[in-house]
Amino acid sequence: MTTTAASRPGPARSSGPAADRKNWGSTALAIFFLAIMLFPVYWMVNASLQPNGTTLETSWLPLKPDFTGYATAISEQGGNLGTSLVISLGSVALSLAIAAPAAYALAYFKVRGAGIVLFAILISQMIPGIVVANALYTAYNDLGLLNSIPGLILADSAHGIPFAILIIRAFMNGMPASVIEAARVDGAGHIRAFWSIVLPLSRNSLITAGLFTFLFAWSDFLFALTLTTTEAVRPVTLGIFQYIGAYVNDWSSVMATAVLASIPAIILLVAAQKYIAAGTTGGAVK
Amino acid sequence: MSLTTDLSQATPPNGKPGVGKAGARRPGSGRAGSRDEPDGSAPAPRRRSRQRRERLFQWLFLVPAVVYMALFFGYPVVKNVVMSFQDYTTATFFTGEAPWVGLANYVAVLSSSLFSTSLLNTALFTVGSILGQFVIGLALAIFFQRKFPLNGILRSLLLLPWLLPLIVSSAVWRWILDKDSGALNRFLGDLNIVDTGVPWLTSTSLALIAVVGVNIWIGIPFNLTILYGGLQEIPDELYEAGSLDGATGWKAFRHITWPMLRPVVSVVLVLGVVYTLKVLDIILGLTNGGPANSTQTIATQSYGLSFQEFKFGEGAALGNILVIISLVFAVLYLRASRRAVDE
Repeated sequence: MTTTAASRPGPARSSGPAADRKNWGSTALAIFFLAIMLFPVYWMVNASLQPNGTTLETSWLPLKPDFTGYATAISEQGGNLGTSLVISLGSVALSLAIAAPAAYALAYFKVRGAGIVLFAILISQMIPGIVVANALYTAYNDLGLLNSIPGLILADSAHGIPFAILIIRAFMNGMPASVIEAARVDGAGHIRAFWSIVLPLSRNSLITAGLFTFLFAWSDFLFALTLTTTEAVRPVTLGIFQYIGAYVNDWSSVMATAVLASIPAIILLVAAQKYIAAGTTGGAVK
Repeated sequence: MSLTTDLSQATPPNGKPGVGKAGARRPGSGRAGSRDEPDGSAPAPRRRSRQRRERLFQWLFLVPAVVYMALFFGYPVVKNVVMSFQDYTTATFFTGEAPWVGLANYVAVLSSSLFSTSLLNTALFTVGSILGQFVIGLALAIFFQRKFPLNGILRSLLLLPWLLPLIVSSAVWRWILDKDSGALNRFLGDLNIVDTGVPWLTSTSLALIAVVGVNIWIGIPFNLTILYGGLQEIPDELYEAGSLDGATGWKAFRHITWPMLRPVVSVVLVLGVVYTLKVLDIILGLTNGGPANSTQTIATQSYGLSFQEFKFGEGAALGNILVIISLVFAVLYLRASRRAVDE
């Protein structure tokens, strides 16, 4: 899983008046580091805009952008992108439906065995995906879940559910218990207090968990690879793998597909900045 | 913000009837009569049964998650152990028979010449990746402690490599590392550092290095983020006091930053190891374990045995060996994270 520790958006370390000077030199250096780190992303976009078949002369800049790569990508992989979207949305729904009540129980009730559940979540992160896939393949074969969207939704949620539980629970831990108690004293049952008080108050953590769960399912490759045997259900990650598995002579369509498959990550980073910050804080590993 | 935060911190004591949730009045929930009684005066047995109902209700919130975890983590582990003692092949899917073979799968896997290659590659891949990610991640984390315009936004953009689907990164890097027309060789060629294309992914001596390099690129954001968070939590006063004693620059790092960061460092390293051991996507995408098994790791070999050779028993045995290696580090992780919380 991909928890990360606190990136507190708190105030930067201030060390006297000297630090108040605008330190543009450091900014330039940071931009330089960023340029190196993001070069592959630039190269992906650049290569996706090159005309087909002239891969030997990929220019450093897409001065004459050519969209045939995208046309090919959408005609060949459009269905797979749709499959990925359906699976990811399904996984978000399933993960939140399972994780939110569990997080509530772990944060508010002194349920016996809560410690064991948390411990199991931690241990689950040590289990290699290939071990899970190996066993699931045989079970799915018996249950007829191979090559099915529900099968992949269930399996892909394994990436998101433990993370979602931890992140929502961390948030609920910080919520004043008195709010829920007040609701309970007013006569609200457990389910009503949860539904109409706890969930609305936890909105931000639910969005954060949902976004990351989406990304995990969208990025899944292992379950797509092992739990499908035909072309009936094919997420886009597997589509890309099939592209690059053979000799590639049309990199612009491969890169165009890669760009399309990166859109959720890019949207997440640009539009949902505050939720990413919350995600990196809440899922703290320490 | 810690995983192991004591549950009781956020929960009021519920031992006292009428205050905690377990004893809170809930119209219609109790047996007849109990609803109108003041909480404190309910006869003991009835109260106990109501508490039991309450407990049951609370557990219901947890049940879906427990069932899911049992089915998608617990069951696979158990099933994998069972399969590793069986002759489990494609035939099993038709006949339904998987004869017991004792330790034969383990013997076959451990005695194959490929195992030592995979084990060595796994070790090199893990150590190389972690070392690179950690050193560069720490250097960047320290750099970003500086106060400068656009710090926050530049730091968050650095997360992008980590958010991209791994298979996307693999595809992009395959194109960058391409021998004939990849960007890296063209760049090196333009600088006259190399004159012929370097076969980054197709040479048995370079492929592992290239794969490690790509994995370092993927892991830097994760290390940067966690270490940056750790650095931010070191109180300024320590540096102020240290500078009075002449501890600045390297000395400050050596005597203040590093000791204070140690708990976070151990968590980062052990988590990194656990994640790197199970890496599959990147290697399959970049080299598929080749050329000539030079990038084959235990994880990729386990995948190959199960899903390419359809020897599910042997694949399971190898998977279990990987679990055992991971568990050793899991123990280290739990100890490290506990220490991190204590401090």
